[in-house]
Amino acid sequence: MSEPGRDPEVPAREAVFAMSGGRADLDGRPVLRGVDVTIRAGEMVAIMGANGSGKSTLVRALLGLIPLSGGTTELYGTPPARFRDWWRIGYVPQRLSVGGGVPSTIREVVASGRIARQRRLRPASAADRAAVERALVTVGLADRARDPVQALSGGQQQRVLIARALAGEPDTYVMDEPMAGVDADSQRHLAATLRELVEEGKTIVLVAHELGPLEPLVSRAVVLADGVVVHDGPPVPPVGEHALPGHDHVHPHAPAPSTGPLVWEPGPAPGGD
Amino acid sequence: MLDLLLQSSIMQRALMAALLVGLTAPAVGTFIVQRRLALLGDGIGHVALTGVALGFLTGTAPVLTAIVVSVLGAMLIELVRERGRTGGDVALALLFYGGIAGGVLLIGLSDTGSNSTLMSYLFGSITSVTEQDLWVIAGLAAAVLGVVAVFGRELFVLCQDEEVAKASGLPVRFLSMLIAVTAALTVVVAMRVVGLLLVSALMVVPVAAAQQLTRGFRATLLAATAFGMVSTVGGLSYTMYVDVAPGAAIVILALAGFAIALTIGRFVRRSRTRESIS
Repeated sequence: MSEPGRDPEVPAREAVFAMSGGRADLDGRPVLRGVDVTIRAGEMVAIMGANGSGKSTLVRALLGLIPLSGGTTELYGTPPARFRDWWRIGYVPQRLSVGGGVPSTIREVVASGRIARQRRLRPASAADRAAVERALVTVGLADRARDPVQALSGGQQQRVLIARALAGEPDTYVMDEPMAGVDADSQRHLAATLRELVEEGKTIVLVAHELGPLEPLVSRAVVLADGVVVHDGPPVPPVGEHALPGHDHVHPHAPAPSTGPLVWEPGPAPGGD
Repeated sequence: MLDLLLQSSIMQRALMAALLVGLTAPAVGTFIVQRRLALLGDGIGHVALTGVALGFLTGTAPVLTAIVVSVLGAMLIELVRERGRTGGDVALALLFYGGIAGGVLLIGLSDTGSNSTLMSYLFGSITSVTEQDLWVIAGLAAAVLGVVAVFGRELFVLCQDEEVAKASGLPVRFLSMLIAVTAALTVVVAMRVVGLLLVSALMVVPVAAAQQLTRGFRATLLAATAFGMVSTVGGLSYTMYVDVAPGAAIVILALAGFAIALTIGRFVRRSRTRESIS
């Protein structure tokens, strides 16, 4: 079976995520309606689609954070419930949860990314500390390590979240909208960090509404609409009105929208995205 | 005069108990506040009253029945929390009322219990702490601090973001139960000192005060325990001179500490912002 977006010259690598017929409900509403997707080691895959298309739900289901109501999914060949090598996964959630307001320093949050590699009762090792330091330097926050994360801007908080994943030195990164609400400076920083990870051969799955500066890094885009995959292959460069901000990407393979793309006139771009 | 008081064994026991509670409650409280469960202690406190009453009714030590019932109550609360976003708070409210009403009812039915025993558990009676009580309190405090020491790193991740904890392979359900059960034990530890109705204050107020002044989680935890111990020992000492309920004095002192910390914190943050602007 040939997989879209994969170079046939390269032998098939280990499947990191393999979902088949994946269905998931949120509050009784079907969000994923039969998703088949396999992501192999070393790929950089963008999960794309309009708001509400099921992007975030898909990555959370791939990680076993929400249960499937149908179909199967495997993490490195094991169902998530029985998966044990969690150190291989670095999950970057959509935003930093500030919880009940107890402050945490940047270093504390980043250091918690080592948790899957640490054993109970063992104090942090030299390797732990070195990895945390490297992660802080990579995202450019080493000089602010003692600042509380609550005092940071959205973009800086996103860097902290990425540093937390980096600190764990995983094989696979799963990032939920790492570019959302991030200033241009942090976006460039993030793109540079991801480029390094790609060059190191890490697997990266990221949810994105639009690719922006990540465009050249992404080799494969999985586009969702209404809980099903409508495109799986090289990312389609935005052209013409597709490039307009606020435009919901609807691929030709998608079920026809209610108004044809030719008569549809994009209104003024919505304020936030 | 103070020397004389310190020598009396009643006061020594009371001070030891106050110190242990001041140390334990805010340590657990830091995790509970971060997990947005500030009122968990109140809930367990209400349920624990039924446990105390069961002790009187059956002739068992009230502390033991309080431990059993409040641990069961805490696990029930955690299950309700985990189950649903909808209707969870009503379910919790029902549990709280049931706990208080059940406690008052059962104490009324027992021969040994009276309104004054009820009051002593609701608002604390630290000066009636026996040597045996002190051993129980010390044991519970050691268990609670042991949990914080062994599982602190994992609990930090859990309280920060449950999904990240899951995606890090942490035993999320076990840790959630562990926090609830540890809170229940803390409630029983603190029950004799500040009383079941004010237990939660010692888990929350010192943390709220500490986080005005600190920048990190570990620092908040340490500062909160310091706040807690100053409040319990200070409040208790005050009642040596003025005849008021120690629980109330301790909590009022903690609240005063919070007000001061809030003012200082505002001031420090404002000058910090000014620094970074200029």
